[in-house]
Amino acid sequence: MTLELKNLYDDFRDGDTIKAYAKIIAEDAKKLKKPINIMEVCGGHTHTIMKFGLPQLLPDNVNFIHGPGCPVCIMPKERIDHAYVLAMQDNVILVTLGDMIKVPGSNGSLQDARAKGADVRFVYSPMECIKIAQENPSKKVIFFAIGFETTTPMTAVLVEQVIKQKIPNIFFHINHVTVPEVMVELIDSRDVHVDSYNNQIDAFLGPSHVSVISGSKIYDKFPKDYGRPVVVTGFEPVDAMQGISMIVKQFIHERCELEIQYKRVVNHEGNLKAQALIETYFEKMSLFRWRGLGNVPDSGLKLKKEFADYYAEILYKEILPIAEIEDHKLCICGDILRGMAKPHECTIFGTACKPTTPIGSCMVSSEGACAAYYKYGNLL
Amino acid sequence: MTKTVTIAHGNGGEENNELIKNIFYKHFKNEILEKSEDAAVIENGKLAFTTDSFTVSPLFFPGGDIGKLAVCGTCNDLAMMGAKPKYMTCSVIIEEGFSTRDLEKIVKSMKKELEINGAIVVSGDTKVVPKGSVDKLFINTTGIGEIEHAGISASNIKEGMSILVSRDVGTHGATIFAAREGIELESSLQTDCASLYPQVKALIDAGIKLVAVRDATRGGVSAVLNEWAKASDICIEIEEESVPVQEEVRGICEMLGFEAVDLANEGTFVLAVNEDDTSKALDILQQTHQSASILGKATLQHKTKVILHSSWGTKRFLDLPTGELLPRIC
Repeated sequence: MTLELKNLYDDFRDGDTIKAYAKIIAEDAKKLKKPINIMEVCGGHTHTIMKFGLPQLLPDNVNFIHGPGCPVCIMPKERIDHAYVLAMQDNVILVTLGDMIKVPGSNGSLQDARAKGADVRFVYSPMECIKIAQENPSKKVIFFAIGFETTTPMTAVLVEQVIKQKIPNIFFHINHVTVPEVMVELIDSRDVHVDSYNNQIDAFLGPSHVSVISGSKIYDKFPKDYGRPVVVTGFEPVDAMQGISMIVKQFIHERCELEIQYKRVVNHEGNLKAQALIETYFEKMSLFRWRGLGNVPDSGLKLKKEFADYYAEILYKEILPIAEIEDHKLCICGDILRGMAKPHECTIFGTACKPTTPIGSCMVSSEGACAAYYKYGNLL
Repeated sequence: MTKTVTIAHGNGGEENNELIKNIFYKHFKNEILEKSEDAAVIENGKLAFTTDSFTVSPLFFPGGDIGKLAVCGTCNDLAMMGAKPKYMTCSVIIEEGFSTRDLEKIVKSMKKELEINGAIVVSGDTKVVPKGSVDKLFINTTGIGEIEHAGISASNIKEGMSILVSRDVGTHGATIFAAREGIELESSLQTDCASLYPQVKALIDAGIKLVAVRDATRGGVSAVLNEWAKASDICIEIEEESVPVQEEVRGICEMLGFEAVDLANEGTFVLAVNEDDTSKALDILQQTHQSASILGKATLQHKTKVILHSSWGTKRFLDLPTGELLPRIC
């Protein structure tokens, strides 16, 4: 038997299975002592939940809080401005991943830079940079690296190859961030508007692809130290429904544990080779500013000192803007990301702020909560 | 409106409409143009008239080339108004240094496609520009057709009418994307690029009343359904399971985070007919493509919107695609 691509998702979109889980959850939820709020940390989950209409299948006492796990959405404007400034340099080819080129900074997006003549390209795999660099030996190829633990190893492999193959014209601007640190921030942070620590998160749906790399071990501390169950869950609708069901069961049985729904790929330790590769080239940044959330300690990565020759942020230091740029005053993305508000509670949602003209971070990428609500959620 | 034109303004979706409305319609305003159909109906309903430019990259792709596309595109716009394609013009803008052998190959493929439509090129123009001014070769074609079935319009769809699609969707978009620089997926996919007049003629000959017909080019099936829902002030409800998508297209969509209904087609059309004509129309469509399918029907649920129903009982709006199609990040 050959394995076809459809085998990887067909069963996980089966209508009857989804309906069966909806029934189990509804039955179990009757036994809940109080309503529960589940944060899906990752934008991919937000997308799945909204695209497949899962909130329509859940009882009123099981709610979603949409988390900050969209690498494009969390990019502060000053970093987008970095990309823009680098792209506008003579003899530079700026390479990045997908959606990143749509996000507006204070001068415009990378798409706008491209319209003004900058050479901006998007790739599916960072390794494409090598081909681009070889085809354009007189140009500097700058890879604007973004993403969580899932995409970091791909950047690390590229760094390794650039060094091994002595490729002289590839440089890096690193914007990789990590999931557990921002989860801690969401639990711990003081909300400035209401001056309280009163976050609404009762449990987390952990993104499975992050744990394919990092293992489920990165979440050990959440049930143990923070009293929040975590279920590492896949991205198909059956996966998500099973993950939610597992969380509800933990509450009715008064358990608080780390569980893996996505057992077909994820284990506790993760991909040790990928982790070693990340360790070799990257180290923690003491602070990384998240759009909508502010500075989060230890949540960003940078290239280690010994690789400074490849580090665009150092090489171009003089031309890169450093001032922090705040979002629009009316934008409530920070509250949405903390679970204090839903997208449609924002006064500019769908009016001034739309996917074609995003104002806040959550509308920027298709994986942001506001963009998902705008695209799919109008019926709710 | 943004200060400069971006790639998103050419996507066949929301930004594209904005650009056309705010600049072209504003200044060219007239009754025929404002109907915004695939082709203009002129001379008291006798003739259909349309134009299209072709800038596809790569020029040669699995299942076709820019020449085939240039004839199909314009002839299909005529066929979508119930017209038989008759006369065409052909203008080419060529980048200095382009291979004459490739040029002839492209023109030969145009000729082959003209024969399928029974149309001829009666006028043309050639411009050569310095290297870098265009990307290899751009083609513009304009066509005139004789209307054989009058009254087709995006604004005539009424409650209860059926919506059909002529074959599986998204193959052209997926083929071009897979072949693109920076993606380079290996696949055996071929574009659906084809002349649609023969299928439209078969429907007309069978006595089916064509209420609305449109080829789902840029913006895909989503764009057509949304335009129809707005133009006819009606709701179109679609069963997600009945949207035919080839396995390979679905695979590419899964990998890159696209929806097949948003991807471009070059030989696929959407059709609205009266309920009574539904099964007969489906039979005829299936004679050409077994994958033709009934997508759903027009209702009064949410006027001007398209609703997609899942097999597990949830529903959502199917919106007009926005922005440039970009692969997802993780």
